[in-house]
Amino acid sequence: MVCLCYAKEKEVPLSLSCSIVRGDMSRFIATRRLASNIFVSKSATRTFCNDAPSKLNDVPHGSQFNKELEDEQGFTNDIPQYDIAIVGGGMVGMALACSLASMPLTKQLSIAIIDSNPALTNGSSIKKDDPPDPRVSTVTPATISLFKGIGAWQYVEQHRHAYFDRMQVWDYTGFGYTRYNARDADKDVLGCVVENKVLHKSLLSCLQIHLTDGNKTEQNKDFKKTIYPTRLSSMSLPTRSSVSAAGASQSKSLANLAKLELSDGTNLYAKLVVSFNVGADGSKSHVRELAGIKTTGWNYSQSAVICTVEHSAENFCAWQRFLPAGPIALLPIGDNFSNIVWTMSPKEASNHKIMSEDDFVKAVNHALDFGYGPHPESQVFGSGVLSSFFRPDVTSSANEGFELPPKVVKVASQRMAFPLSLMHANQYASKRVVLIGDAAHTVHPLAGQGVNMGYGDAASLSNVIADGVAVGSDIGTWHGSYVQVTLLKKYEADRKTANITMMAVLDGFQKAYSVDFGPLNILRAAAFNGANVFAPLKKNIISYASGERRLPFLS
Amino acid sequence: MVLASKSVAMSRTMFTRSLYQLQNLSRSNGLSLHSSSTNFKHAVLAAFQPLLHSRPYANNPQPAASASSVDQAELAKFAAIAESWWDAEGPFKPLHVMNPTRLTFIRSTLCRHFGKDPFSARPFEGLKFIDVGCGGGILSEPLARMGASVTGIDAVEKNIKIAQVHADLDPVASSIEYRCTTAENLVEEQMKFDAVIALEVIEHVANPDGFCKSLSALTKPHGATIISTINRSMRAYATAIVAAEYILHWLPKGTHQWSSFLTPEELVLTLQRASISVEEMAGFAYDPLTGQWSLTDDISVNFIAFGIKNSE
Repeated sequence: MVCLCYAKEKEVPLSLSCSIVRGDMSRFIATRRLASNIFVSKSATRTFCNDAPSKLNDVPHGSQFNKELEDEQGFTNDIPQYDIAIVGGGMVGMALACSLASMPLTKQLSIAIIDSNPALTNGSSIKKDDPPDPRVSTVTPATISLFKGIGAWQYVEQHRHAYFDRMQVWDYTGFGYTRYNARDADKDVLGCVVENKVLHKSLLSCLQIHLTDGNKTEQNKDFKKTIYPTRLSSMSLPTRSSVSAAGASQSKSLANLAKLELSDGTNLYAKLVVSFNVGADGSKSHVRELAGIKTTGWNYSQSAVICTVEHSAENFCAWQRFLPAGPIALLPIGDNFSNIVWTMSPKEASNHKIMSEDDFVKAVNHALDFGYGPHPESQVFGSGVLSSFFRPDVTSSANEGFELPPKVVKVASQRMAFPLSLMHANQYASKRVVLIGDAAHTVHPLAGQGVNMGYGDAASLSNVIADGVAVGSDIGTWHGSYVQVTLLKKYEADRKTANITMMAVLDGFQKAYSVDFGPLNILRAAAFNGANVFAPLKKNIISYASGERRLPFLS
Repeated sequence: MVLASKSVAMSRTMFTRSLYQLQNLSRSNGLSLHSSSTNFKHAVLAAFQPLLHSRPYANNPQPAASASSVDQAELAKFAAIAESWWDAEGPFKPLHVMNPTRLTFIRSTLCRHFGKDPFSARPFEGLKFIDVGCGGGILSEPLARMGASVTGIDAVEKNIKIAQVHADLDPVASSIEYRCTTAENLVEEQMKFDAVIALEVIEHVANPDGFCKSLSALTKPHGATIISTINRSMRAYATAIVAAEYILHWLPKGTHQWSSFLTPEELVLTLQRASISVEEMAGFAYDPLTGQWSLTDDISVNFIAFGIKNSE
């Protein structure tokens, strides 16, 4: 298909088994509950932006109800109330916050971001001279337009990033190869490789601009975002009985909200809890577990090794070769650097992680060259004839011969290894809870689609929330409003089809390459050559991988 | 009017029936009435929404109970009903599904009429709206969230209690003033509103002319009136009466009186006599595959009209 990437933000083992998570968590919750009872007075809420101090006390008129609660019903500011709590301030969570902040209908929503990642609050800048971080994302044109829409792409462009307009995919049997060129689909670029920390920082800068603007202009005054640099320890969701049991009207309106207890003892209420992931504590989606949403998935008994490597000249093309144990990808990341994502058995992965740098460079060059099998012939299965028949266009990439990727000269970062798995949440939305990004799905990284699926979720959810605000919905209400059926379910319906299709395509690829069997190898090679020379198919594949929602084989 | 004498008697029986249904709801905690319904059945129920809640002219108004006189056992009972009224997956699901579509029409026409920013989250800030036949408050609450100061009235006291209990769940909604009364009583009190909204009510009214005159009297000069109802068309007869009552038995025979439906032309003329000029009209279309409603130009079954009160 296309190139691949490591779309995770934090170094989290991807195949953590659910039973372990549950076991650990219940203990964790028990201790935390105790702790929060003891330390309930120690309220450690830090505001997001230093030049906008004490956002919490500055109650905006958009959150008028907070004020009403305090004034009319004698409530104090002990337990703040938010419209939306985003658990996990990773890239996708921040993209959702930015997207909500950039739209007129949703910019007045009060948002709490809960993440213990210090990068959210310490305002550190990215040094340009550092070699690129091995954790990168291949963002598709659809994601780029999302970033442009929310005003974050300008910050990405200030940092290291690498557009690529060509891609070569081939396999070890030597039968076939495919070269994709952006012009096959009348596009300028196929994608852009960006370090995750750059994406994250850009979204953060974007959110900060919204905040600063908010102080300057009357229009954005009601923008309210707060970051809690801590973790979620437990969450209670409203139930029929809890709402009916609450006697007085003010406690009733609170009993109808989701209550979050944070590990530093802070409590807060939210109308809607959005989980990206918690990541740092290893439990992948704490919120998902707490909301009782089940998942489907399996481990791939594969691990990915990622690192940054250096060439002697700049690389402008994305390369991917299918090897017997899994694909290896070489992605341009700017300057003379490239990113390696190499899928292999877990045992081999740990070997490749600890072997000497020289040996690793040799192994990479071997894997991208003659290792495991010969180079493919440039003209197999009469591709020249076929291409001139289907698209008699001399500029078509079908006429481009097979090329060898540039040699790696040096390893430029530490090597990381992580296990791979596929996971899909059976529901994306439930009582006052909605899952986006990694909390809803993890995929095989072989086409770099994981993070793009997450950004697609963020864009879809923010539109659905805006639609809800437009018709006066109580965002996230389950018992009591149509939001659940028509809006959160709309988000689910919108994204589930897209995500499952993509997962099936990627899983199919992974399965097709997990078997080394003569006839299957030839079939795969035929598919490669077909994809290489049949222009309409190629165009569809590129469009699909670019984030345009069209099935490659059905349009 | 052909229908006048007939529908007075008819609406009384319908009212008793709807009360019976409400009692049923309270007895079973609202879970059994239509719990096995399919989507399509919900769609038909949506068309008959007013049978289940709003009957402002069929009975003498009951005095609204003040909040302090409510005893706890009663309150708990109404809370249970309120939850089924507002259970988005429950018997009233079709209303919840249809509501955003009605609100889309209301939002866009009223934003244009009052010169409000359609991209604002609370465009109706500073405007006084009345929801005539508010039922459980399904329309009143979103209007309040859009910034309007809303008065909700319904002649059925139980509905008002349900609406009040539910509004307490959201501090924004608790600003809504719910009253068990009729439009005529408010006219006597000389109340005036920027916008008067009566959805799915007029087809159950004994005297549509008088009803429209009352709505007009409640509207400020150059204010807005919004009415939705069912067309007296062959298609409405086929889907709402023949299919629902006689073939599928979703509703008791005789629930709806086809002859009491108003055609768009009749509605326009009736409103004109009440010095309201209709400016815009739209139809609602139900897609049984997606279970969603949308606005269309086709006004042959369900439709909604927006009019402006002449400034005299």
